[in-house]
Amino acid sequence: MAEPKIKYDRQLRIWGEQGQAALEKASICLLNCGPTGSETLKNLVLGGIGSITVIDGSRVEASDLGNNFMVDDSSIGQSKAKCVCAFLQELNDAVKAKFVEESPDALIETNPSFFSQFTLVIATQLVETSMLKLDRICRRANIMLIFARSYGLTGLVRLSLKEHNVIESKPDHFLDDLRLNHPWPELKRFAETIDLNVTDPVVHKHIPYVVILVKMAEEWASKHDGCLPSTREEKKEFKDLLKARMIAFDEDNYKEAIEAAFKVSTPRGFSSNLRQIIDDSAAEVDSTSSDFWVMVAALKEFIANEGEGEPPLDGSIPDMTSLTEYYVNLQKIYQAKAEADFLAIEQRVRKILKRIGREPDAISKKIIKNFCKNARKLTVCRYRLIEDEFNSPILPELQKYLTDEDYSIAVGFYILLRAADRFATNYNRFPGMFDGEIDEEISRLKTIAVGILSDLGCNGSTLTEDLINEMCRFGAAELHAVAAFIGGIASQEAIKLITKQFVPMSGTFIFNGIDHKSQLLFL
Amino acid sequence: MVDAEADISDRWRDLDKLLSRPGNLVGQTFDPSPDLKNDLRQYVKVLVVGAGGLGCELLKDLALSGFQNLEVIDMDRIEVTNLNRQFLFRLQDVGKPKAEVAAKRVMERISGVNIVPHFGRIQDKDLAFYNEFNIIALGLDSIEARSYINDVACSFLEYDSEDNPCEETIKPMVDGGTEGFKGHARVILPGVTPCFECTIWLFPPQTKFPLCTLAETPRTAAHCIEYAHLIKWDEVHGGNAFDADNPDHMQWIYTEAVKRAELFGIPGVTYTLTQGVVKNIIPAIASTNAIISAACALEALKIATGCSKMLSNYLSYNGVEGLHTKVTEFVRDKDCPVCGPGVLIELDTSITLQKFMELLGEHPKLLLSKSSISYQGENLYMQAPPVLEEMTRSNLTLPLFNLMGKVPKGVVNVSGMARKDDKKISCTRKLRVLFKGIDGVTDMDMASGA
Ligand SMILES: [Zn+2]
Repeated sequence: MAEPKIKYDRQLRIWGEQGQAALEKASICLLNCGPTGSETLKNLVLGGIGSITVIDGSRVEASDLGNNFMVDDSSIGQSKAKCVCAFLQELNDAVKAKFVEESPDALIETNPSFFSQFTLVIATQLVETSMLKLDRICRRANIMLIFARSYGLTGLVRLSLKEHNVIESKPDHFLDDLRLNHPWPELKRFAETIDLNVTDPVVHKHIPYVVILVKMAEEWASKHDGCLPSTREEKKEFKDLLKARMIAFDEDNYKEAIEAAFKVSTPRGFSSNLRQIIDDSAAEVDSTSSDFWVMVAALKEFIANEGEGEPPLDGSIPDMTSLTEYYVNLQKIYQAKAEADFLAIEQRVRKILKRIGREPDAISKKIIKNFCKNARKLTVCRYRLIEDEFNSPILPELQKYLTDEDYSIAVGFYILLRAADRFATNYNRFPGMFDGEIDEEISRLKTIAVGILSDLGCNGSTLTEDLINEMCRFGAAELHAVAAFIGGIASQEAIKLITKQFVPMSGTFIFNGIDHKSQLLFL
Repeated sequence: MVDAEADISDRWRDLDKLLSRPGNLVGQTFDPSPDLKNDLRQYVKVLVVGAGGLGCELLKDLALSGFQNLEVIDMDRIEVTNLNRQFLFRLQDVGKPKAEVAAKRVMERISGVNIVPHFGRIQDKDLAFYNEFNIIALGLDSIEARSYINDVACSFLEYDSEDNPCEETIKPMVDGGTEGFKGHARVILPGVTPCFECTIWLFPPQTKFPLCTLAETPRTAAHCIEYAHLIKWDEVHGGNAFDADNPDHMQWIYTEAVKRAELFGIPGVTYTLTQGVVKNIIPAIASTNAIISAACALEALKIATGCSKMLSNYLSYNGVEGLHTKVTEFVRDKDCPVCGPGVLIELDTSITLQKFMELLGEHPKLLLSKSSISYQGENLYMQAPPVLEEMTRSNLTLPLFNLMGKVPKGVVNVSGMARKDDKKISCTRKLRVLFKGIDGVTDMDMASGA
């Protein structure tokens, strides 16, 4: 194995070579390289991100030495962007590292087209006005955007992009698609070749549970007008029938069958999540549609036609007690069905591409196959513009958070972070930034925060004095541990967006460093 | 070097706000003042166990959270596969001890911090070493190692006569763990919050493949690999033990697994998978380690200063589908053999130390063999090193009652090997010994009457 492949071994086992290739192609722009920004990039540079551009107009001061690992005593007085960039480069020479000595706020103001060159912009420690401007810029240019902020013992992470489609969502737990209650002809035929009453005890205890359940479900249906066990009693009776078939207590295959018996009763069809996707207006495709939606359109047609109400079979089966021969044959039968479903979808994709005026071969076999394998797990994420969220949050949700004890600190910080930015606009400093006058600043911050809530039509009295006091105590401090936590999350979300694997977060993540009861707010 | 800090007085500007200003959402002991940071720097000593993915982050996070006196212990050397996340190491460091390189790198970048590295096994340090620290931060990937440190930290815990833990004997731990996009951070205050052993069910033992499946009915690529690894290797190589770090050995396993897979028509055997199965590789990435370590470091700062409330007591993180964090307040197991007041053993005054050690091997809650025994910091019998063994050997034939100064009851510390799921693991246990026929109550009555 080549050295980079060994170096990345532990992560290749998570996102594979395709995920890694996507990371190595990506270019990231970081705004502000305090600890929050530096730690975010550190995690991406270690993983082998393609290129980074660090934007920061400030010079290293003594206070940076106490919270940022990317600068040291010799950096004092130098460009922070330059120092951070140099250290990051040291971590991985495969990464192209650049820096621009300019204030992010000024860049957003004067050169909005600058951001179009990047795959993803990570904006840290921006105040509300700059955040809203950058959000509009990136949305228009279709650039992925992550906001990350650390503020005392709180902070936030928020993704912003129009739409993100995931084929390989790789959920931890997902019910396998075995079609036990409506086997296709080949599976049925295979089950018929196996006799559950075989006398050889070794064979008896090595009949795969899939075959046992297919046969027993059929037997049940023939005695119950074609219906499968559905009530509690029926399900229990079905399990008892399975138990009665055992000829020895150590038959693992029957134990597995009993454990999986519920799969016989699971309703046909697919999740409401997938229903929503195929019913999405984006599934009505034209020449501007993305490959993802073209394939969704084909999927929708497939389900309505040859799929008979089911998405394509993914073709994999779990390991189960079995003779090797039975298992390998079973695998082939599932794979053959998956291949047939794939060919049907592929044909539909080609037809659709032709219909919308694109090259019929524009989407590769490999991509369509991957799509079919993951059809039940497709995920679509959409994100509101931050300006829309701020001006008109989903009020019932906000009301709920304000009165729910589990959310009160998180939603309090959400409002107070906005209030702190307005405070800064009014007074040219964050509340509690300097010692002295703290009491006065507490009452000023409170007035602003209550104002924000009442503008939204909410009761400001839900904000506790303790929390407002806490916000002033923070004095906009960027603590290293908090920055490392926020930066860790921001980098992980960046990886999910870039690799298009796993599901990125929705809503706004509000960090609660007081008791760690952080929350996602969907506003 | 001693005080480059003095010139840069503004260095801790951000931390100072948190430590010098009062608040209401803070720990009970919080006493905000500019001195608090100085006390933290001067008096608090933290041990970081493990200098891997979590350990590297922990050292940085703690050093930048104001801790000045740190030590780190790790027995491993740096490998190429560490470099995607263990950010203190470079390609040219491969082969060097992790603890030493990690300590050096952090000290190079953060002036004023002092980190003592220990290149070696955690079991080779004595209890006195661990007792030096105010907080122990765990960045480990093995259950056995966690269990061991937990035993050690809990062995310092003493209970008063009402079975309440004595506060000054509590050795706080922060513990982190990650796997892929998932992880946990927890705070363990022995005697107050559940220890690792109280919630051992959180780490169920790994399921292994039955040998008959490997030998007779393989179905998956992993079965073929484990056949080559666990059966074929010994058949062919006899006495030559398999070494997972030897590339020739690994290549042999891979080739054999491919042959077997072909024989049975099983797809999917690759070299990468072979390594993964044989070495039981846990996928690991920088971002999750960063998140979990940061949470642990923040909790360590709170334990040391009280500057905010505490995590109570287990944070789980999952970034696979969206982002989920959850705090669970686990409860202590009142009968925990590790953090409880200790297993009670009643003995005759005539029982010799030798006989006592035999009883430990038979006791169903202990099953301890190869025991070393100490009482109030004094070694009664030590298995190793040979010098100590020789010095303490003569105690074996003496009654334990005499060795403990004829007290009616007392707590002895035992370290040895415990049987657990067919495996032997090193551990330490605290035992409350009560001698029959010696009435401790009378003594106390006499004392109060005097
Ligand atoms: Zn315990």
